[in-house]
Amino acid sequence: MTIAVLQFPGSNCDQDAFHLFASGLRLPTRYVWHKETSLGDADLVVVPGGFSYGDYLRCGAIARFAPVMGAVQAFAASGGLVLGICNGFQILCEAGLLPGALIRNASLEYRCQDCALRVEASTATFNPAALGAVVRLPIGHGEGNYRIDEAGLARLEAGGQILLRYLDNPNGALGDIAGVRNAAGNVFGMMPHPDRAFERFHWSQDGLAVGRAVLATRFPELALKSA
Amino acid sequence: MSRPPLPPNPDPVLNQPITAALVAKHGVRPEEYAAIEGHLERAPTLTELGIFSVMWSEHCSYKNTRPLLKGFPTEKQGATPEFGRVLVKAGEENAGIIDVGDGWAIAFKIESHNHPSAIEPFEGAATGVGGIIRDIFTMGARPVLLTNSLRFGELSSPVTQRLLRGVVAGIAHYGNCVGVPTVGGDVYFDRCYEGNPLVNALCLGTLRHDQIRRGKATGVGNPVYYVGAATGRDGLGGAAFASKELSAESASDRPAVQKGDPFMEKLLIEACLEMMAVPGLVVGIQDMGAAGLTCSTCETASRGGAGIEIELDAVPQRESGMNSYEIMLSESQERMLVIVERGREREIEAVFAKWDLHAARIGFVTDTGRMVVRQHGVVVADIPADALTDRAPVYQREAREPAYLATTRAWTPAGLPDLDATGIQGALPRLLGHPTIASKRWLYRQYDHLVQHGTVVPPGGDAAVVRLRLGERERFIAVSNDCNGRYCYLNPYRGAQIAMIESLRNLVCTGAVPLAMTDNLNFGNPYKPEVFYTLRECVRGLADTCRFFDVPVVGGNVSLYNESPEGAIDPTPTVAVVGLIAEEAHITRPFVRGAGQVLVLLGGWPDELGGSQVLGLIHGLKTGDAPAVDLAAEQRLQGWLLAEIAAGRIAAAHDLSEGGLLVAVSEMLFGPGGAVQPAVSAGDGAATGAGTAGLGAALELTGASVARLDALLFGESQGRVVVAVADSALDAVRASAERAAVPAQVIGAATADGRLAAALPGGAAVAWPVAELRRGWETSIETAMARPRRP
Repeated sequence: MTIAVLQFPGSNCDQDAFHLFASGLRLPTRYVWHKETSLGDADLVVVPGGFSYGDYLRCGAIARFAPVMGAVQAFAASGGLVLGICNGFQILCEAGLLPGALIRNASLEYRCQDCALRVEASTATFNPAALGAVVRLPIGHGEGNYRIDEAGLARLEAGGQILLRYLDNPNGALGDIAGVRNAAGNVFGMMPHPDRAFERFHWSQDGLAVGRAVLATRFPELALKSA
Repeated sequence: MSRPPLPPNPDPVLNQPITAALVAKHGVRPEEYAAIEGHLERAPTLTELGIFSVMWSEHCSYKNTRPLLKGFPTEKQGATPEFGRVLVKAGEENAGIIDVGDGWAIAFKIESHNHPSAIEPFEGAATGVGGIIRDIFTMGARPVLLTNSLRFGELSSPVTQRLLRGVVAGIAHYGNCVGVPTVGGDVYFDRCYEGNPLVNALCLGTLRHDQIRRGKATGVGNPVYYVGAATGRDGLGGAAFASKELSAESASDRPAVQKGDPFMEKLLIEACLEMMAVPGLVVGIQDMGAAGLTCSTCETASRGGAGIEIELDAVPQRESGMNSYEIMLSESQERMLVIVERGREREIEAVFAKWDLHAARIGFVTDTGRMVVRQHGVVVADIPADALTDRAPVYQREAREPAYLATTRAWTPAGLPDLDATGIQGALPRLLGHPTIASKRWLYRQYDHLVQHGTVVPPGGDAAVVRLRLGERERFIAVSNDCNGRYCYLNPYRGAQIAMIESLRNLVCTGAVPLAMTDNLNFGNPYKPEVFYTLRECVRGLADTCRFFDVPVVGGNVSLYNESPEGAIDPTPTVAVVGLIAEEAHITRPFVRGAGQVLVLLGGWPDELGGSQVLGLIHGLKTGDAPAVDLAAEQRLQGWLLAEIAAGRIAAAHDLSEGGLLVAVSEMLFGPGGAVQPAVSAGDGAATGAGTAGLGAALELTGASVARLDALLFGESQGRVVVAVADSALDAVRASAERAAVPAQVIGAATADGRLAAALPGGAAVAWPVAELRRGWETSIETAMARPRRP
């Protein structure tokens, strides 16, 4: 089992994501530089938060063209697990690996705060039975207002592709959506930060369960082992 | 005048004769000009005049404050402890460095960006953050936290609202993108800052002892590199007039304030740290902040006892046609000067190529002691480097005690009616809603205070606490920014003492042992003897207090000429103290966690009104003397509290500050303002902590021996802390307080009835629903700052 955390210029939650998996879940974790064209032996690719390319043009719009994203596309197409957190979620939407888009918060301001999130029944491992009805994760973003057209929303709802919804919507997201997965069930994206909710002194340690739930969609033994 | 003039410059603009008018426009006084000619042994060129004018400005030379700053203790006096040793002293480098044990150290410093923020709040504040971060990573340290001290006029004023919105957005824009958490700070609103806000930003970084880098140019022939963003005409600011006259091009498109690019800074941090990790590659490094290329070249040369020669044609430029004057004085952001070991040019170039950044070789180190600048093959400046730095002028300014002090000092509350129960009932919510006291959630929720996942006590506590990863080891540090300018206005010496002891007390309340402090002296025009008096007295107050507590000063910043239309700002010597928490278990928060906990007031009954918020808010008065200071009592209290925290007997601790006793107790009941709340397990007690509906307190104050209720409930006497202790620990706490001669008075207990109730001396009683108090406190700034809804 190897976790690969991507590093773009301007990624700044790369350490956070690294430590969620390396220190929190004690899994072999390494960084992959944006100029790489191979992901090596990765079992899960994490696209971390931050301000890739300074968020210039549009959040995630430039990162999707980075050399490493070709490898990520191929990896996802072959069923590999991908998790995008915050800016990583924005990048995956821009790259077409996840449906929808993230626009400026309704408040027009950045928000860094704790959020309670309702867990939706999304996969065999990412659901209220596995995670509990509510998880608590912090957010930190200026563009987390999830948008999708009506048909797309209907598909998300029907396909059980919504992962998490805000109990108290901090950014105006459509349907209070905080995270989604793709139809195939191997690409995950969320605005909240599991990588800021795992240390014993954090507000919540729910990031560990969220990380495990994502991994367990492909590695069920992991869910059992660490339950 | 024994040297021949420099060769004529082909550019007629640069060749123009130096007239008295031109000298005056540069803010250079006639006697200073004479000194410049003395240093050069000839008349300066225009470029040289520009270089001298910026290097001899107060900002770079501290010419009016250097004699005062010498009074600060810069080293720890006591026996060298396991940590806390000063590794790099104040004034030696861009930031001071303190040992935190196991071969690790922290670098930190505070710096102002007041004037740029007054003109253009967003960019001014943003570049202030960028500048202080560069001061830290130039030392070899990875930036791990930011805090800030902000001062604004009354929040009801639309000007203040615009400035606040811009400053907060600017800090957020830069800090969030660069990925360094903004974990704390302090904010005051007072009319004296109207039109002249203060924006002081602090950055702290971590490094190993062997990673410490210096801003020194040494080794003749070593190449000098320019790395980072290209140079443009921005930031010529004060010299904007010159660019108008000096260039044929229009000045209209040149911003007076620098524009920051936090993305560039993030790349620069990573590239520089990567470069500095290569053993032996970097000889010296300095950021280009104020006075940009000028300051970095002459300071590194001067520190290294060397000279530097640079060729401006090699400097990456954003615009064409820039002359030497503009390039040397530009304050374009996100640039660094690096001196590397000769023969290893490829290694630095490889690192910067990886990060897609400029790394231009612009010169080399010499043994001449001179800073020589060429452009288009012509020498445009040739100056002894130390004439710009160590031999810059120093002035002893005249000081005169301001006349108002005799009046304010003599004031007594005798003529003021005391508050009755009705007055008290109304005063508490008003105080809690005053933006100086109210929750700062509106600000800090715009700052990413969680990135790097080390934030333990987020904004909203007495001090921010952050976990540092130092190799395999973890350390917890606390930072507190403080300064009540009102006290400094009423008693400059004592006000500065209070800024320092309050900062120490805030740290101690979180369980931290203070290590060192950094200060930002914000004052008015030092040429006014009354202003200089307040500056002198404040510095003396800080220095004496630092010496008393053996807390060294590791650096800081001076910002003068802060004047509002009504005169100088209140003297504001902002203080930030950093402390270390020995054990994670000692981290203490200000929040009462459950009904039944006993509230104990330490330090005695508050009995003063001078300079208090209640005096300002209820009576419109800013008068009286600053609260009394008793350093020995303060030291006893703080030492005892640390020991009690280590013994595990303190459930919560919160110091009394603006608003006094009832405000402090209210805040202990409110819990954190909507940010990270400590997880409380179900087995932790009846209440699940902060903000729980039902948490209240019953205060029994009938025995308080004070003359006035307003002073007891809202006075701001120093050396007071309220702690919450479990009933079972109360006897032990009282006994040990008595042994340590720390006054400890049980004032009540937390309840489950959701009311803050107080039985008062004289028989009256008051009570408030906690939820209502909290709502006003939490939403006050938000409400004032609500954006008008579009029709």
